[in-house]
Amino acid sequence: MSARKGPGGPAEPAGDAGAAAIEIRGLRKSFGDNEVLSGIDFHVDAGEVVCVIGPSGSGKSTLLRCVNLLEEPSAGTVRVAGAEVTDPDIDIDAARRRIGMVFQSFNLFPHLTALGNVTIAQRKVLKRDRAEAERVARANLERVGLADKVAEYPGRLSGGQQQRVAIARALAMDPRVMLFDEPTSALDPELVGDVLGVMRELAEDGMTMLVVTHEMSFAREVADRVVFMDGGVVVEEGPPSRVLDDPEHERTRTFLARVLDPAGQGP
Amino acid sequence: MTAEPLKAGPAPGMSRRRRRRLVLGGQYGAFVVVVAVLAALADWPQLQDNFANYGKAKGLFPEILTVGLRNTVVLTALGFAIGLVLGLVLALMRLSSAAPYRWTATAYIEVFRGLPLLLIFVFVGFGVPLAFPGRTVPGGTTGAGALALGLVAAAYMAETIRAGIEAVPKGQMEAARSLGMPYGRAMASIVIPQAFRIVIPPMTNQLVLLCKDSSLIMFLGISLGGRDLTKFGRDLAGQLGNTTPIVVAGVCYLIITIPLSQLARWLEARQRRGER
Ligand SMILES: Nc1ncnc2c1ncn2[C@@H]1O[C@H](COP(=O)(O)OP(=O)(O)O)[C@@H](O)[C@H]1O
Ligand SMILES: [Mg+2]
Repeated sequence: MSARKGPGGPAEPAGDAGAAAIEIRGLRKSFGDNEVLSGIDFHVDAGEVVCVIGPSGSGKSTLLRCVNLLEEPSAGTVRVAGAEVTDPDIDIDAARRRIGMVFQSFNLFPHLTALGNVTIAQRKVLKRDRAEAERVARANLERVGLADKVAEYPGRLSGGQQQRVAIARALAMDPRVMLFDEPTSALDPELVGDVLGVMRELAEDGMTMLVVTHEMSFAREVADRVVFMDGGVVVEEGPPSRVLDDPEHERTRTFLARVLDPAGQGP
Repeated sequence: MTAEPLKAGPAPGMSRRRRRRLVLGGQYGAFVVVVAVLAALADWPQLQDNFANYGKAKGLFPEILTVGLRNTVVLTALGFAIGLVLGLVLALMRLSSAAPYRWTATAYIEVFRGLPLLLIFVFVGFGVPLAFPGRTVPGGTTGAGALALGLVAAAYMAETIRAGIEAVPKGQMEAARSLGMPYGRAMASIVIPQAFRIVIPPMTNQLVLLCKDSSLIMFLGISLGGRDLTKFGRDLAGQLGNTTPIVVAGVCYLIITIPLSQLARWLEARQRRGER
């Protein structure tokens, strides 16, 4: 499993090599009076894949969005690749370049082709010239199995293809970590496999990944660790075999029973 | 009552469709009669001589096109350009997180939508030179007219553009920001291009309004070469003692406005069909 932590990718050390790629300490987030995250502590090591599971509304998306500051944490610190993104003085745009994010609803840019989606931030943010940006974009689209869809607009792609373009778009920025927020939840069942396959390859190449998912078999096979969240706190975490097969906490057991046997909960 | 409540209504033996055809036929008949009576009452030779006098119409060309139509188009285009740029700025101000920007934009929009257009024309055309002696709006009367049109169009366009920007799903901005784009870059490259697609139909309608409103330029005392369609038609009607020039000017407006309206309608329908 840890064989994957290998040589892959642009793994330049960021000042303090060996430190966690993502480190979250005492993270709290409230919307008005509603405290959604009530003190989260955990970390993701470089090259590690961590899956976050938990019931709907438990704050998983909010947690991910606090990592790249789409939401501003109310308290606590978040460090990514050695840089504290919660530091008020940080250049947040520079920090976000190192954090790829994949959304449940894809959020492709509908007015741009697949190639345009993958090149635009390279050109406008990284200032790569057109030829270089297109070379990188084609390589990444090929990596996600869409070499033949380069010229298509998102509206003409299936959900699974759109999500893979979104992954290529994030990868083209050479991120240090990748965040996935339920990347397959909006997909028809027969399209889930392609996206999970791409994510699995990414994990094998050594990408650091924080993945919110309901795909238990993916978590079991790919994750180094699984984090179970409920009510804005981490209830338990550990290797998938322990958290998924032999959970310590009753809340985890209840959740897993519901997810693994959805028919059982019917009214 | 009777045992057949479902068959209430039409006279016995008459199907519903037949009855509807009769009613429609009656309406058409009445319409034709009214038109025929009006046509019979009209003094046709007199009307034709005054409204569609071929010889007098011919004499209007090509000046009505090279002067009148040209100036109307120039005024409309300039006003639209000014309105678009200023409207975009106002829309972004309305959406700003800085309250003073929002207040300023709101005040501007309310003021310019609340005043008669003619007052704005007079204000820009006469008020500005009075307030700033020795200074004039660049472009003379045409410039002043275009500015007045643009100032007002901006207030309307700002609201349209703001609605367009708000109609772009929030995930678009978030995806752009998560790729490291600063707010302004994300707006310029991702959100505004999509917003403009949404607002093209209402903007086309705005263009039609501007084209018609440009006729108010005649109140600013324009030179002979600066006359727009309306002023041109009016002047020649006065000179010739005949209404034909006004009719021809009207036809010139319609040649612009009807295709634009149709275009807007077509774009709107296409958008409604093509929406995700
Ligand atoms: N922008 C927001 N404003 C107010 N409440 C929010 C916002 N985003 C999320 N929440 C609330 O935070 C809670 C957790 O949401 P979320 O992080 O999306 O949970 P999950 O992803 O685990 O389903 C929910 O109760 C939701 O209503
Ligand atoms: Mg969620």
